[in-house]
Amino acid sequence: MGIIKAAKLAFDYIKYGDDDREAEKVRALDNVDLDVEKGQFIAILGHNGSGKSTLAKHINALLIPSEGTMWVDGIDTKSEEEIWHVRQKAGMVFQNPDNQIIGTVVEEDVGFGPENIGVPTQEIWRRVEDALTRVGMIAHRSKSPNKLSGGQKQRVAIAGVVAMRPECIILDEPTAMLDPDGRRDVIETVRELNEKEGVTAILITHYMEEVIFADRVIVMDGGRVVMQGTPREIFSRVEELKKLRLDVPQVTELAWELKKAGVPLADGILTREELVEALCSLN
Amino acid sequence: MFKDITLGQYYPTDSILHKLDPRVKFIGTIAFIIALFLIKGPVGYGFATVVLVTLIRLSKVPFKFMVRGMKAIAVILVITMLFNIFLTPGEKLFSFWILTVTREGVETAVKMAVRLIYLVIGSSLMTLTTTPNQLTDGMEALFAPLKKVHVPVHEISMMMSIALRFIPILMEETDKIMKAQIARGADFESGNFISRIKSMVPLLVPLFVSAFRRANDLAMAMEARCYHGGEGRTQMKPLIYAGRDRIAYGLILLFFAVCVAFAFLGL
Repeated sequence: MGIIKAAKLAFDYIKYGDDDREAEKVRALDNVDLDVEKGQFIAILGHNGSGKSTLAKHINALLIPSEGTMWVDGIDTKSEEEIWHVRQKAGMVFQNPDNQIIGTVVEEDVGFGPENIGVPTQEIWRRVEDALTRVGMIAHRSKSPNKLSGGQKQRVAIAGVVAMRPECIILDEPTAMLDPDGRRDVIETVRELNEKEGVTAILITHYMEEVIFADRVIVMDGGRVVMQGTPREIFSRVEELKKLRLDVPQVTELAWELKKAGVPLADGILTREELVEALCSLN
Repeated sequence: MFKDITLGQYYPTDSILHKLDPRVKFIGTIAFIIALFLIKGPVGYGFATVVLVTLIRLSKVPFKFMVRGMKAIAVILVITMLFNIFLTPGEKLFSFWILTVTREGVETAVKMAVRLIYLVIGSSLMTLTTTPNQLTDGMEALFAPLKKVHVPVHEISMMMSIALRFIPILMEETDKIMKAQIARGADFESGNFISRIKSMVPLLVPLFVSAFRRANDLAMAMEARCYHGGEGRTQMKPLIYAGRDRIAYGLILLFFAVCVAFAFLGL
């Protein structure tokens, strides 16, 4: 079994009417199967309301499935005694950098997670230094989070998760509120953690450019997994993606348009270099 | 417009008072306040003055920062003095119209004023030399025994430190909303008191909505990082008494004993 496994996962949000009586069930996840191997980089795509954030919250046991089962490192997220264990193994980074930083000093915030799981003081300091070094924020350790840029705050949030020594990091649209520079820094940090430390990464995003490095892409729509495969496989299906109101990376789109116009190009071109090479080899 | 507001009134410098454990400073301040209300005669007040001046010197905080705190109590100070001067019965000094000034009245008025001023200086000495974070940590440690009677000490101190973290964020947000509303023609500056208060409504409603949303997000982020109350929690920066803190406790005890002695002797 992989590090994260879901079987026939379903989740209902209960929506209350104006008079509180008309409780209405809204199915946010429907029959989702998932199997993630340790050390993989997974990207989840989908437009608003596709259920991708709901799925992410299940991995961290913030939500408990209405039907089906979710296992994190072999632990069923339903078991209440193990819930802190699950949350330690699967750390989560959220969208808004301001609303997830608890400490008034950077290093205190990174130490918050280890404090909660009862790590001894000496060990907390070691972990905090280590985590801040890994995300490249050690120089800002004694600053107030309010003085940092959005991208820096997100890297502090990632350090906060890293300090808990998780097996897996789930990032729920971590770059949605950042400028291009901050976005690049955050994604690079995540990729480095994934490649060097072997931390499983699950990235939920709107930006197609962030997806092309993933080992596997999962596309969600209406609470279901509708497409799954390598980035190249997924982005070869441009028309299907467009039907789901999703974009493809600019380069891929250009190649696709060229192909439609009669230029003989391969499907699923992901990077500029690939396109240049393909175009040059035409003659 | 909100950029200049500093939180609390911490004055960052490097002095022996800054290095003391927050618990020591807190207990010291309380001891000082109680002592102020015990002492009666000029010798007692003289002693308290010497101690206070020494502490101010030790703190390396410019005196004008302490005077700032005084502005807030200026009105209360004047009112209490007036009441004491005119309404204390006793030996008549002079009188005009229906008001009589007595010797006892002047005495109590002066004593009250000195007490209030020293009280404010003493407590601002603590807040000037202690960061808000250290203060909440210190309070949590000092009030820890109250956990036995089910007072949520840890939770209260966590709430205080989160509030401290979010004040600048909410300030910035207020600024943003205000500018957005001004851009749409809202007027916060003119009109009488009531219409100004009314004009705050379009500012406060979005601010509250966003504060609740933030609270919700933060609670989720805290849960995701395994926060489950104070139980089984370790501390990254635990408070540990050093040698200087023990010496300080000794000095506080000595000061308090001397003040009690003066009080008994009526000096």
